[in-house]
Amino acid sequence: MAEPAIAFRLVNKFFGRLHVLKDIDLTVAPGEVVVVCGPSGSGKSTLIRCVNALERVQSGEIVVLGESVTSAGANLTRLRTQVGMVFQSFNLFPHMTALQNIMLAPLKVRRLARAEVEKTARALLERVGIPDKADNYPANLSGGQQQRVAIARALAMHPKIMLFDEPTSALDPEMINEVLEVMTDLARDGMTMMVVTHEMGFARRVARRIVFMDGGVVVEEAAPEAFFASPTSDRARQFLSKILSH
Amino acid sequence: MLDLSVIVNNFTFLVVQGLLGLGGFAGGTLRLALPAIGLGFLLGIFIGLARLTRMAWIRVPATLYVEFFRGVPLVMVIFWMWFIMPQLLRLPIPEYGVALTAFVIFEAAYFGEIVRAGIQSVPRGQVEAATGLGLSGAQAMAYVVLPQALRNMVPSIVTQMIVLFKDTSLASIIGYVDLTKAAQIVNNREIRPFELYLFIAVVYWIFTYSMSRAARRLEQRVAQA
Repeated sequence: MAEPAIAFRLVNKFFGRLHVLKDIDLTVAPGEVVVVCGPSGSGKSTLIRCVNALERVQSGEIVVLGESVTSAGANLTRLRTQVGMVFQSFNLFPHMTALQNIMLAPLKVRRLARAEVEKTARALLERVGIPDKADNYPANLSGGQQQRVAIARALAMHPKIMLFDEPTSALDPEMINEVLEVMTDLARDGMTMMVVTHEMGFARRVARRIVFMDGGVVVEEAAPEAFFASPTSDRARQFLSKILSH
Repeated sequence: MLDLSVIVNNFTFLVVQGLLGLGGFAGGTLRLALPAIGLGFLLGIFIGLARLTRMAWIRVPATLYVEFFRGVPLVMVIFWMWFIMPQLLRLPIPEYGVALTAFVIFEAAYFGEIVRAGIQSVPRGQVEAATGLGLSGAQAMAYVVLPQALRNMVPSIVTQMIVLFKDTSLASIIGYVDLTKAAQIVNNREIRPFELYLFIAVVYWIFTYSMSRAARRLEQRVAQA
């Protein structure tokens, strides 16, 4: 088997006295799409935030693209340029246009030439379906458009891994699909993805594997067909009956 | 009756000396207010940042500084500088140096709080998005946090500048010849308090009102962006 893109080895994470990740052992292969689901407070967001070291862990090791993230001398800048992240609340920079949002990191972190960066940025806006919104400020974009700009912003650094933290939870229902379509395309192109979401339709269609978490523990890992047809744990059964009943 | 000839006859002294500070005396409201605003804000930025750092040996003194100077009267700080500074430094310090030092030290505490609040008003997610893209802490501060923070700070900064501008009149208590002191000097000779103090009230008001007008225009401009 090829070297995993992401590997958690016995990872433990505490917020004060709260034990939010318990002995996590998990690997994600290159090109794999893993959907992480579970009830709120189960630690799923914290799990993916550890991958690009937005959260530090207290014990265990996380290896991303062959390099330890958790060791003292880890090169976090290099790590973060290789791992893109998309947030629930978009977190676009409100004082910059869509185009400027996308161009900031390539210009300041990679120090690439402006003309080249702008060309890439416009191509990315084309790719996420809103080439005409380049000069709009985030305040003048719909939620779905903002989230697509946020995806383009992450892609501008040419990441090898993309993390999605409930990317559609803050969106009006009619805008969810336009974001999921962009994510589906990305998965088809072979991007390694970890996606925290409650969109079970997306999970069924796109994910190679479902990771179900509860209480800081990975309770169940399975292919989508198996997970939805016959979850092995009671907790996963309960969770699915709650979110799929309507 | 209102006799404005006292203003006309002493106009050069009141405006050139008292307001601008260009005469033979080392005085002037603007000559004190402008550097006090500039230096006070500059020091305030450092104090605001110091209040937010994780390093306790910087944060704690900065916090004490702010809490102390916000808790004592400005007049007291001016007297302090006037009586104690020359003794500590063992050299005579002119009124201008005393007044400027007192204002910068005092106002930096207020500007520091404005800067701190402005930075804290920027949501955490902004820093996470920036560092998540690979920006360093300093880059995230410079390109993402400070531009948004400064925009949020504009109304409070201008209010503080107006307060500081008016407070410079307190420098007259140590004999610094600003607009207020100039009016007092003329009044001692001519005994025309009504005209003189009305005149300087109008002058102060014109400056503070222009500042708040300019601020409103600035706010509208940044709101559009």
